[in-house]
Amino acid sequence: MYDSGKIIAGLVIFIGLFTSPFWYDLASGTALQTPDLVLPTKADQKQCVASLEFMRRDHMALLNDWRTQVVRDGITYYKSANGKEFEMRYTKTCLGCHTNTSQFCDQCHNYIGVTLYCLDCHNMPATQIQGPMAAKILNPNSEILNKLQIQN
Amino acid sequence: MIEHAFRGSKRYWSWLLFLGLIILAGFYFYMRQFSYGLGITGMSRNVSWGLYIAQFTFIVGVAASAVMVVLPYYLHDYKAFGKITILGEFLAISSVIMCMLFVFVDLGQPFRVLNIFLYPTFHSLMFWDVVALTGYLVLNVIITRVTLAAERNSIPPPKWIRPIIIISIPWAVSIHTVTAFLFAGLAGRPFWLTAVLAPRFLASAFSAGPALLLLLCLLLRKLTNFDAGEEAIKKLGMIITYAMCVNVFLILMEFFTTFYSHIPEDAAHMQYLYFGLDGKARLVPWMWTSAVLAVVSLAILLVPRARSNHRTLGLACIAVFLSIWIDKGLGLVITGFIPSPFGKVIQYWPTLPETLIALGIWAIGVFFITIFYKMALSIRREIEA
Amino acid sequence: MSISRRTLLKLAGITALGVTAEKYATAHAGSTAAKVLSKAVGAGKRLTKSNVQQKVRLAMVVDLRKCVSNQGCTKCIDACNRGHNIPDLGDSKDAIKWIWKEPYESAFVDQENFYMRDEFKNKMVPVFCNNCDNPPCVEVCPTQATFQRPDGIVMMDWHRCIGCRYCMAACPYGSRSFNWRDPRPFIKDINPDYPTRTKGVVEKCTWCDERVDQGLLPLCVEACPEKAMVFGNLNDPNSEVRQLLKDNFSVRRKPGLGTSPEVYYLV
Repeated sequence: MYDSGKIIAGLVIFIGLFTSPFWYDLASGTALQTPDLVLPTKADQKQCVASLEFMRRDHMALLNDWRTQVVRDGITYYKSANGKEFEMRYTKTCLGCHTNTSQFCDQCHNYIGVTLYCLDCHNMPATQIQGPMAAKILNPNSEILNKLQIQN
Repeated sequence: MIEHAFRGSKRYWSWLLFLGLIILAGFYFYMRQFSYGLGITGMSRNVSWGLYIAQFTFIVGVAASAVMVVLPYYLHDYKAFGKITILGEFLAISSVIMCMLFVFVDLGQPFRVLNIFLYPTFHSLMFWDVVALTGYLVLNVIITRVTLAAERNSIPPPKWIRPIIIISIPWAVSIHTVTAFLFAGLAGRPFWLTAVLAPRFLASAFSAGPALLLLLCLLLRKLTNFDAGEEAIKKLGMIITYAMCVNVFLILMEFFTTFYSHIPEDAAHMQYLYFGLDGKARLVPWMWTSAVLAVVSLAILLVPRARSNHRTLGLACIAVFLSIWIDKGLGLVITGFIPSPFGKVIQYWPTLPETLIALGIWAIGVFFITIFYKMALSIRREIEA
Repeated sequence: MSISRRTLLKLAGITALGVTAEKYATAHAGSTAAKVLSKAVGAGKRLTKSNVQQKVRLAMVVDLRKCVSNQGCTKCIDACNRGHNIPDLGDSKDAIKWIWKEPYESAFVDQENFYMRDEFKNKMVPVFCNNCDNPPCVEVCPTQATFQRPDGIVMMDWHRCIGCRYCMAACPYGSRSFNWRDPRPFIKDINPDYPTRTKGVVEKCTWCDERVDQGLLPLCVEACPEKAMVFGNLNDPNSEVRQLLKDNFSVRRKPGLGTSPEVYYLV
């Protein structure tokens, strides 16, 4: 093999760089934080819109489907397996129970390094938002917010 | 084949380094645009397309113009273009890459660009333009790759490449026609709503593109030992002359219908472009420069003796290129938006970041042209040796 | 990522979704708030494409004789801006406008007339998206991010828009705005019931599609103290819009372009 020394050295450098995030974590001593979800404890909603297994794997597809149906097909209600019906609204229905996004959504999404930008556009009533996401909403004590909250 | 791009003189490398620096600067400002939004440009609610789409429009023409060497060579077996056909095709590839980049940087949500293919919309000309450009790029990559490989091995190119080359000829016409349709089908923009827009685009493309190719040939003769051949240069000059005449003729047609009919909505745009409207006249000096350059170029091109002198021919080509760049790469797109649908004159001028991003894309194009031509010429030299 | 209804059924073991979903849509139309509008508008709920074309074509009538915009009234504009989280970027190049005022000669730029009735000479006209029956913006959009609903509303799908702004070039009315930058810092009071937009997408008035779906009138119509704006079903001969158009002279903006704008101005 020609230039075997150079090739091996190159490979070592490449592998080193490629795996550098792992070395960085090891060196800095940041322990891996496993997701720790806090499930909502809302009295009138004991069950999610679909089974746990389904939501775990396909919640993003469900959200996307809801979105398409509401925006494009004019279908606004969803009937779950046990016959309960839900308004297909991310903020009102989903976040109505999962009020604390940082204890729920962010747990897994931070774990796998997927940045969520739902709340860059979707707004929640100020009192519902806890944790760092709250900073994304300006003037949480505004008049219109409080008024609309009562209507909700 | 590609290995030739990695071997070069000091001049070659420092030229690439220089281009690389411009590209880096453009990339830096693109990242700033990416995080801030397109508000970093001079575009506005009223003038919602600017330098990017204008450059795109101009460069589609350069890409399409390869047909002016491909057609005589392959369809009419015009041997004099044998040496420069590959240069025309490489110019087309580089130009299409620039076109795609210009559309890309103009998008507000660049990550969603694949939505064009995920939700194909046949009634949108934008969809067809993307299809046409992508197809043209693929065609030319295949053609250059196969013909150059055959040339290197001193064998004739395989038979199956010929139909592909023949398809690329109407395809070249189509890319610029569809680009014209992008504008010419909008009822609310009278400045673009003209059946002569596509012919005008083709005429300006077939003069500005070959002008650039001719300039590149003259440059290569100076910098390298490559000689396009006297006959090829002469013929290119002829093509430029005819196309430029048609181009100027078509522009004058626009003047006639617009100003003789007196329809205010139509006339207002031309008025703004060439004379100024409501005391606002930012593009007026540019357009008259373009007009003067067009006249100068024709004055040279139409005189056979001046046309056969390389120095004056080169000057004429520069004049053609600049004149059409101003007309198409600046005036045409912007003026469609001025005055606004409310009859208000709200002007546009590109900002510094916007200009540097555009310059960066031009540098990417020149970068590709450089390495492609390097490859082609090195292979030629290899054969000769 | 999308999930087909079939996969959804399979995965989640939901049995009746496909059949019931549309039934639910119509079922809810009959209930609660929808009734408020259903009589006046004749709609209340979006119907399926097959039957709606004959039934509902929403339209707006603006009675300029009643409109008091020249006395400084901005109630329709304020209600819209607040309800739809429209950033206050003033009249800058980045401005976002859904409904705003233009002088009569700008709004009706092709109706040149030096000898107008006095009160119309400097009349300020509320302008907004015409939700055209033949919308050029929908025709040019390369991703169907803007599309026409069966009831005629020209909708925006902000998740799909790639921000190419071809629709802005195609719109003859200047009704569309682009988010040149993040709008949130410029919204004083965020209405949590309505999303804000992200930078890089186009937006416009959609005649309060979200309210129409609940059987409510558009915010501007509701806010007008002079009742100068009337919203309803053009295909219903008994609707208020039809009655107004029958008894009064109306004009539309640039009807000659063939877009069939569906905002009618009484003059």
